[in-house]
Amino acid sequence: MNALDVVLWVILPYISLAVFVVGHYWRYRYDKFGWTTRSTQLYERRLLRWGSPLFHFGILFVLLGHVMGLGIPKSWTDAVGLSEQTYHALAIGVGAIAGIGTLAGLAILIYRRRTVGPVFSATTKNDKLMYVVLTATILFGMSNTVLGVLGHEGVDYRDTVSPWFRSIFYFSPDPELMREAGLGFQLHALSALVLFAIWPFTRLVHVFSAPLGYFTRPYIVYRSRDTELGNRAAPRGWDRVGGGRR
Amino acid sequence: MRVMAQMGMVMNLDKCIGCHTCSVTCKQAWTNRTGVEYVWFNNVETRPGQGYPRTYEDQEKWKGGWEVGRNGKLRLRTGSRLKRLLTIFSNPIQPSIDDYYEPWTYDYETLTNAPLQEHTPVARPRSLLSNEPMKVEWSANWDDDLGGAPELTQADPVLQKISAQVKQQFEQTYMFYLPRICEHCINPSCAASCPSGAIYKREEDGIVLVDQDRCRGWRMCVTGCPYKKVYFNHRTGKAEKCTFCFPRVEVGIPTVCSETCVGRLRYIGVVLYDADRVLEAASTPDEQDLYQAQRSVLLDPDDPQVVRAAEQAGIPRDWIDAAQRSPIHALINRYEVALPLHPEYRTMPMVWYIPPLSPVVDALTGTGHDGEDAGNIFGAIESLRIPVEYLAELFTAGDTGRVTGVLRKLGAMRSYMRDLNLGRPADESIAAAVGMTGRDIQDMHRLLAVAKYDERYVIPTAHAEQGPEREEYDSGCSLDYDGGPGMGGWGPFGETSGGSTPIAVENFHMLAARQTTDTLAAPGDREQRVNLLNWDGKGSPVGLFPPQPHERPGPHGEDGGGVGPDSPAVTDPKP
Repeated sequence: MNALDVVLWVILPYISLAVFVVGHYWRYRYDKFGWTTRSTQLYERRLLRWGSPLFHFGILFVLLGHVMGLGIPKSWTDAVGLSEQTYHALAIGVGAIAGIGTLAGLAILIYRRRTVGPVFSATTKNDKLMYVVLTATILFGMSNTVLGVLGHEGVDYRDTVSPWFRSIFYFSPDPELMREAGLGFQLHALSALVLFAIWPFTRLVHVFSAPLGYFTRPYIVYRSRDTELGNRAAPRGWDRVGGGRR
Repeated sequence: MRVMAQMGMVMNLDKCIGCHTCSVTCKQAWTNRTGVEYVWFNNVETRPGQGYPRTYEDQEKWKGGWEVGRNGKLRLRTGSRLKRLLTIFSNPIQPSIDDYYEPWTYDYETLTNAPLQEHTPVARPRSLLSNEPMKVEWSANWDDDLGGAPELTQADPVLQKISAQVKQQFEQTYMFYLPRICEHCINPSCAASCPSGAIYKREEDGIVLVDQDRCRGWRMCVTGCPYKKVYFNHRTGKAEKCTFCFPRVEVGIPTVCSETCVGRLRYIGVVLYDADRVLEAASTPDEQDLYQAQRSVLLDPDDPQVVRAAEQAGIPRDWIDAAQRSPIHALINRYEVALPLHPEYRTMPMVWYIPPLSPVVDALTGTGHDGEDAGNIFGAIESLRIPVEYLAELFTAGDTGRVTGVLRKLGAMRSYMRDLNLGRPADESIAAAVGMTGRDIQDMHRLLAVAKYDERYVIPTAHAEQGPEREEYDSGCSLDYDGGPGMGGWGPFGETSGGSTPIAVENFHMLAARQTTDTLAAPGDREQRVNLLNWDGKGSPVGLFPPQPHERPGPHGEDGGGVGPDSPAVTDPKP
């Protein structure tokens, strides 16, 4: 274990995750008005119609795959009798489809962003940086999968990357595991850590506004005029007799 | 019975001259910012015409509003909640900028920078979205005054609904104007479509607003609103809509569009309605019954039971008084001459219209008859130049009887009042023929023809003790925001980041900027434009009108550095 390993696989992950968590809290407190998807559908919808669902549904499945691959220890799948071969066929099959969808969607979206005039002029420097890091992360990840399909499996990520990732969360990170993981996984992990660190400061925050509450709330929202629009609570100066009316 | 109060508006289309003053002043007040260049909270459409955005009334295409499903239940036309969330990444039926129009400016700099040349330099149009030169091909009122008719007009979804026979009559051209703002519906489908729950209806006055801090730009409201009166700000990525000028209405002054209406055709007032019966009324099976259903939801403010229920619901006494004096309640329920716009969308709109009658009198007079004789008018209404079928498609889901009834009342009023004006005895049979009394007709005439400012606008002020913060009151102390996002510039994520600026702070800066500006007009600096929200129609704010000769020297001209129309190059010294 040398110093570089500690920096890359112990210090960097904690910095990145701390920035991720605190950054989101700060951004939400400070910049609710800037917290949006910044949709460009108004400008152009023909390309978006293909690119956006491909990318978004693809990346959701990719996320699901990561939750399984990183979150579930090998011993658990062995315990339920899922063989190594079946697991990999499943992971690589679903992963490849989701990955290809994501990449195709991303390609369409980047092409659109560059070629459609209004969309390009609505692209900020922040967006460009985010696109670079996000694309790099996806490409590194995808190349790992492709190499796996082609049979160049150097190491099993479930023996290296996954335990390392979990070890971060029980505060006993083991950088040795990542050193054995091979360059492909190392690059993927590094770019992902950078992505997490810039995440709260980019438009990616809209991931955390997934409107799941829509299923449970009533259709029409009534609100009193208005305790939330203003930025400070008004002084009351008197007490209401017999309780409030609301 | 759950009584709620609702602000509403009635527009008398007979008086609309299509001058677009309402649109322009509204735009000055609310949407003269980047990101909403294409947005008109108030627009005036020529009917027949495609409207703005193009053909928005074609709900087969745009899927706005509610419909009654096979099980008799009310549901959004866009389908289930799940379906909307699944199409969140790319909304298949959102109008794109071409359906509104691509906003543009002109390359004015060429005019001053062009070298000496044989031909006069031209300021070419440039897109405000991409900054590229563009060809101007459409705008918010491209078919104004039947421009482009009949080709463009044929795409009018309302015209397409009415029969071929009426279409042929269209060869005898007719038109009228339809000013539109947000309907502030009792059953708003935009709010129901919003995945984030950011669009809400205010409990106190029923105004429908978008919470800018909660909106996440999912764009479902744009599709959900059948009137297409929720717009997407492409700069901030948030939805914006007509606010019923709440900062003005809260202090008892009418909306900017009403205040500046040249024809004085707008009426603002409060109605009381029974919130418990809204769903049932909106689910009425037959579309043509929706007008009656909505009227039945509106309560009679003079009924002692209603008054008691309203008091129990916490509606302040002055609001109940205002509801009793409400001009819109009178026009909707007492005289029954106002009709809702497209009740078949089932959103229970609260901006109603008195259908236009005008051409009938002239047309009759033109044929040698007495145009204001009651018998002649009644007979002519069926064969009006503006086909009753067309009006019925707009206001009663196709029920021509209702529209004819309203037009007969308006005709009877003219006839009856003419006798009075000419000093002849009143003919009560005219009033009786439309189911009114002479007293009713005279009251209605007063409201429609001579009503003064405080009769047209009966607006109770907001109660500070109800919701603690009136917007203006809440943001009253601008020092609270010193150094904050309101006090200069935006946060680190670009123009739209940081908290939203309270209106009072924005106004403060606009006024300050205007008072200390170096030049008479600096179009490059948006903050120097006149904010009409500050103007109550009295006096003339600095910058609104060009300076008059007798006003020189200018506002800061104690040392004589006058700024006048003939000395635009002279700059005003800063104080």
